Amino acid sequence: MSLNSYLIVGARPYGEEEQDIRIINGRIAEIGIGLDPENLDAVQAKGRVCLPSFVDLHTHLREPGREDAETIASGSRAATLGGFSAVFAMANTAPVADTAGVVEQVWRIGRESGLVDVFPVGAVSIGLRGQALAELGAMAGSAAGVTVFSDDGHCVFDPLLMRRALEYVKTFDGVIAQHAQDPRLTQGAQMNESELSGILGLTGWPAVAEEAIIARDVLLALHVDSRLHICHVSTAGSVAIIRWAKKMGVRVSAEVTPHHLLLTEDLVAGFDPVYKVNPPLRSRADTLALREALVDGTIDIVATDHAPHPHEAKDCEWDNAAFGMLGLETALGVVVSAMRDVPNWNWRTLSDRMSSTPARIGRAINHGRPLAVGERAHLVLIDPDQGRLVVAEQLASLSGNTPYAGMTLPVSVTDVFFNGIHQVQGGVLNA
Amino acid sequence: MKHLLSVQELSRAGTLRILDTALELNQVTDGGTKILPTLRGRTVVNLFYEDSTRTRISFERAAKRLSADVVTFSAKGSSVSKGESLKDTALTLNAMGADMIVVRHPSPGAAHRLAHAGWLESSVLNAGDGKHEHPTQALGDAFTLRAHLRPGAKDFAGLTIGIVGDVLHSRVARSNIFLLGILGAKVIVIGPPTLLPVGIENWPCEVSYSLDAYLPELDAIMMLRVQQERMNGTFFPSELEYSRTFGLNRKRARELPEHAIVMHPGPMNRGVEITAEVADSAQSVITEQVVNGLVVRMASMYLLIGGNVSVA
Repeated sequence: MSLNSYLIVGARPYGEEEQDIRIINGRIAEIGIGLDPENLDAVQAKGRVCLPSFVDLHTHLREPGREDAETIASGSRAATLGGFSAVFAMANTAPVADTAGVVEQVWRIGRESGLVDVFPVGAVSIGLRGQALAELGAMAGSAAGVTVFSDDGHCVFDPLLMRRALEYVKTFDGVIAQHAQDPRLTQGAQMNESELSGILGLTGWPAVAEEAIIARDVLLALHVDSRLHICHVSTAGSVAIIRWAKKMGVRVSAEVTPHHLLLTEDLVAGFDPVYKVNPPLRSRADTLALREALVDGTIDIVATDHAPHPHEAKDCEWDNAAFGMLGLETALGVVVSAMRDVPNWNWRTLSDRMSSTPARIGRAINHGRPLAVGERAHLVLIDPDQGRLVVAEQLASLSGNTPYAGMTLPVSVTDVFFNGIHQVQGGVLNA
Repeated sequence: MKHLLSVQELSRAGTLRILDTALELNQVTDGGTKILPTLRGRTVVNLFYEDSTRTRISFERAAKRLSADVVTFSAKGSSVSKGESLKDTALTLNAMGADMIVVRHPSPGAAHRLAHAGWLESSVLNAGDGKHEHPTQALGDAFTLRAHLRPGAKDFAGLTIGIVGDVLHSRVARSNIFLLGILGAKVIVIGPPTLLPVGIENWPCEVSYSLDAYLPELDAIMMLRVQQERMNGTFFPSELEYSRTFGLNRKRARELPEHAIVMHPGPMNRGVEITAEVADSAQSVITEQVVNGLVVRMASMYLLIGGNVSVA
């Protein structure tokens, strides 16, 4: 009997007709109806949707520096339980991932954890300070092979530095992932600037602070003909600018988080910091525009912006609370919840937005591949009818800052194969 | 009613209950000078994270007039300055058996968090949370307006109230606008656009950038304090330009109807938003506002933790 070899029986690739899928030595060997199990372990998957595992272009794993909130190992467990085979770990650790040494360390610990592939994101500027370029080439040429660079958490605000970064990464086909937030327009900002922020007396984070940076950066990307990625797009105005830029031929891609697809700013009215996130939850009209943009491809991908925080960082008054929410383990359910009633949304679209396109943007060549013979078996099985109650204490993340606690998400990940290893079964991680 | 966090949680009937109770307390205590046994054995903690001598003293006196035990816990010189969290302070106060926490905090929603985060069982009274609300200030102002303009009335229908100045940063303005809306008054908010919050056009008020246009219509005018740090060209060009455009001086006060009253929540910047002449004029009810703040605080405390004890 071969290693990492199974016969998945009766699963529905991309939610379509039932098929059997034979995995031999970690690769897809055969797809068809009524396959003979021979001597393989059969995995009964009748009615389950089978997709290529997901790829998250935007995750905070907190290691090195804040191992109390999350580690690369715990974040990897959360990721595989959420159906991911690859995550891109953001650079805002302590020390910052702005040298080949730090990105190689993150990459190596990810390999040792072995549950997902961890691709470090390199910082654009030294120390995320927005003043001088980090050693982008050294990070790209390191064992970690960094292709995505971001000062996420901070905007690359200096337009000249942004221009230089966009130009420089062309040498190794890199991409700059911009956290679009004008720092002057968002000084002390606590929530979306709106009628509600005025009533609550919380300092507003206006949509224009995101849109103005995106407008500037798509023009810069066009001017220097480089690749730009926009992190966590949150407003209808941003969607309109990106739509225009794509029409103009700008090489821009964009992500939306699950929470910006589903949740709206009215949740802030109870002052519970579990809803405090950056960019902030926006209006209903914004979420509708984001959903439409995700279907029509103006927004290319879903990325979680998984942001673990220790309990005390949220168990306080709003102003003093940290920004961010967990995302990896709930991403699929939240996306389905937000998108299932949007016209033209189907499992193939979901797979494109959560797997193949994020892998392509991040140049993760072994991920986001189609369900086809010869491909690596990075597969997820989904029960489309069995919902899952979110219980913060039961998450694999070391932190519990999920805004979905108590909600039943409409679908659940039941099984995950990583390089053919059947590491999640019945929604539970094999020890 | 267990907590008083925001005027937006009050109904018109609930508001009138507080105002009527305050009126009754005012009468039986001769304007808050006589001590009543109403809250004997109850503990009221004043938890002040901001310097505010006026408000703190008003709450202390209100609690003492009702014979409550009063503990004042101010952020300076306490464990708070050593970095203790709001939660840990709350747990401590809960363990000490506080019946009521009166909280002043720079963070909007801090009172709401104390009441609803599951940290304590005490009643919570919001004595000002950042730019959000200051409900007892608005209740005191409503008491003053009622006494002068609508004695004994059940609503403020037909009254037009101007609120002038820095609404953006003012919890007093927020609480007043919404409470006056609940009572049925017409509110006109006047100030430079830089000091008005986004979305105010959907609040229960009208908005104007011109003070002079509305003066003859106002039954009362509330002047808001301009904070020192808002001056120096960030929100408006200069103090002088502000007082020329939005300050209440003698000439403007003469444009008000004869019966109109002039209000200010204090502390005043004499010569900026209001001139000394107007502040000290017969139309001014600014010192009355201080006294009426005390009686509505007594009324609020009594209604929150007085149980079934009668007022006196």
